[in-house]
Formats: sequence, C-alpha cells, structure tokens
Amino acid sequence: MSPILRCLSVLIAGTLFGFGLAVAQMIDPAKVLNFLDFAGSWDPSLAFVMAGGLAVNALVTPLILKRDKPLFAEFFRLPKKTQIDTRLIVGGLIFGAGWGIAGYCPGPMITSLSFVNSDILTVLAAFILGTFASRWVLAQRDKPAESTGAMVVGAAKAGR
Amino acid sequence: MSIVNFTPVPALIGGALIGLSAAFLLLARGRIAGISGIAGGIVYPAYPNDINWRILFVLGLVLGGFIYQWLGLGAGVEQIQALVDKPMLILGGLLVGIGTQIGTGCTSGHGICGLARRSPRSLVATLSFMGSAILTLFIVRHLLGVGQ
Repeated sequence: MSPILRCLSVLIAGTLFGFGLAVAQMIDPAKVLNFLDFAGSWDPSLAFVMAGGLAVNALVTPLILKRDKPLFAEFFRLPKKTQIDTRLIVGGLIFGAGWGIAGYCPGPMITSLSFVNSDILTVLAAFILGTFASRWVLAQRDKPAESTGAMVVGAAKAGR
Repeated sequence: MSIVNFTPVPALIGGALIGLSAAFLLLARGRIAGISGIAGGIVYPAYPNDINWRILFVLGLVLGGFIYQWLGLGAGVEQIQALVDKPMLILGGLLVGIGTQIGTGCTSGHGICGLARRSPRSLVATLSFMGSAILTLFIVRHLLGVGQ
C-alpha cells in the first residue's frame, strides 16, 4: 500500500469535489440563496446539483461497499448511529438558519478560498470558531464518566 | 414566484462530479465525504493521528477552485460576493459551524452521502436544514428586507 497513492487519492477526491462545487456554481451565495427563495426569485439549479450527486453516489456506493475493504485503508468507516434524536434535528435547524442567512455551507466556503476576499474570510473564520466551540463543548459533555469518577475519588479522600 | 438564472446542465455536471468525488473517497479510503466532519476533525481533532488525510482533502477543495479558474471557466468569480453584510456573515458562519457539529453533518455528508446510503438519519437531517434554511431566508429577505 503505497503511502504516496494513499495521500494522492484523498487529494484527488478533494480536488474533484471542489471543482464540482465550482462547476455547479455553488460558490456563488446569490445562487444558493435564490434556490431557497420560493417566495421570490427561485433558481431550481441546486436541486439538480443534489440530484446529480445523489444519482452517481447512490448507483456506485453499493458496489463499492461489496468490497472487503477500501483500496488504501483497512476498513470502511461508516456512521454507526441509526437513532433519530433531538440533537440531529436541532443541529440541522441551526445549520439551516446559518445557511439561509449567509448562503454558505462548509464546502463552498473552503473552495471559495481560491478567489479569497474579505467576505469569504469572515464567514470562514466564524465557521471555524463555531465548529471549535461546539466540538469543545460536545467533547466536555461526552466525557462525564471521567469527571464524575474524579469527583467520587476526591470526595472519598476528603471523607477520610 | 419567478424562476431566475436556471442553469440545469452545469448543475447536473457539477453535482455528478461531487458524487464521483464522494464515491472515490469511499473506494480509496473508506471515508464519507462530509465536509463539515472532515473540517471539524482539523479544527478540533478527536484523534491525533487522523488529521493528515483531512488536510489533504481540504487542500484539494481549494485546488479544485483554482483549477476551475485556471481552465478559464471562472469568468466573474472575482465579482462573487456575499449578499449580506459582515455581522450577518459572522452570524451565518457561526450557526453553520455550530449546527453542523451538533447535527453531525452538512449538505454533503447528510444531503449527498447519507441520502445515497438511504440513511433515515440523513433524511431527517436534510429535511431539518433545508426547511430551516428556506424559512430563515424568507424571514431575512422578505420580512426583514435584508440582502435583496
């Protein structure tokens, strides 16, 4: 398993993704926001972006997953969670609000660095800050077992 | 409602390229092409040894934009700008960051990869962010009159 091919494959995938975003004109927030504007100037293009992406992916993914393992990795890492919880919906609602305000979802924000201006730097910096803050909070929340453990140990010592 | 600037052919081709990219990443490395998740693992890594491929993918995203312009397809990209002012951009970016990490995915991870795997979670997430985005835009553009 050549390390160069391993790295190159990811770089090619990312490049193809960014190129696709640019071809689809998803890098233009005006176009994205017009897709969401059913009450005014509606531009249905984005529905075709999703349809194109979905069609290719839905066709090919089952064939890929028939393999024992990926070309340059030991196993497929698919999301294990199947439960539909409040967190999923609340997250979606918050993300949608941000997308509806600025017209930038994460992919186009990053690809737009190829013609960077102050608008793109602003929205990307805010995205990074929001990502860091929420991942930090979630990481704290997801390890209560350790902290309670420490508290119990501390309490026992204090009790002695 | 009036239909404006409808470009179905570049949209379909661009979408198909995105789908191909996601399929290739899965085939090559067994990973889901969810941009918010890939970026999140750089901004606040969950595992220290799991960063390099993410940086390469993100570099590719920017490289793809450069190649698009280098091929002469990017006429007018320098004129692309946001429709809202900086405070609204900050609010929008913050909410996208927070929402995608809480909801574990964005337009690519849930909207394209998840739906392609017929994941019920991704369907619910996609309906949530699409509905919320449509409603938010209606409020911002038509009720508050911002970013017309």
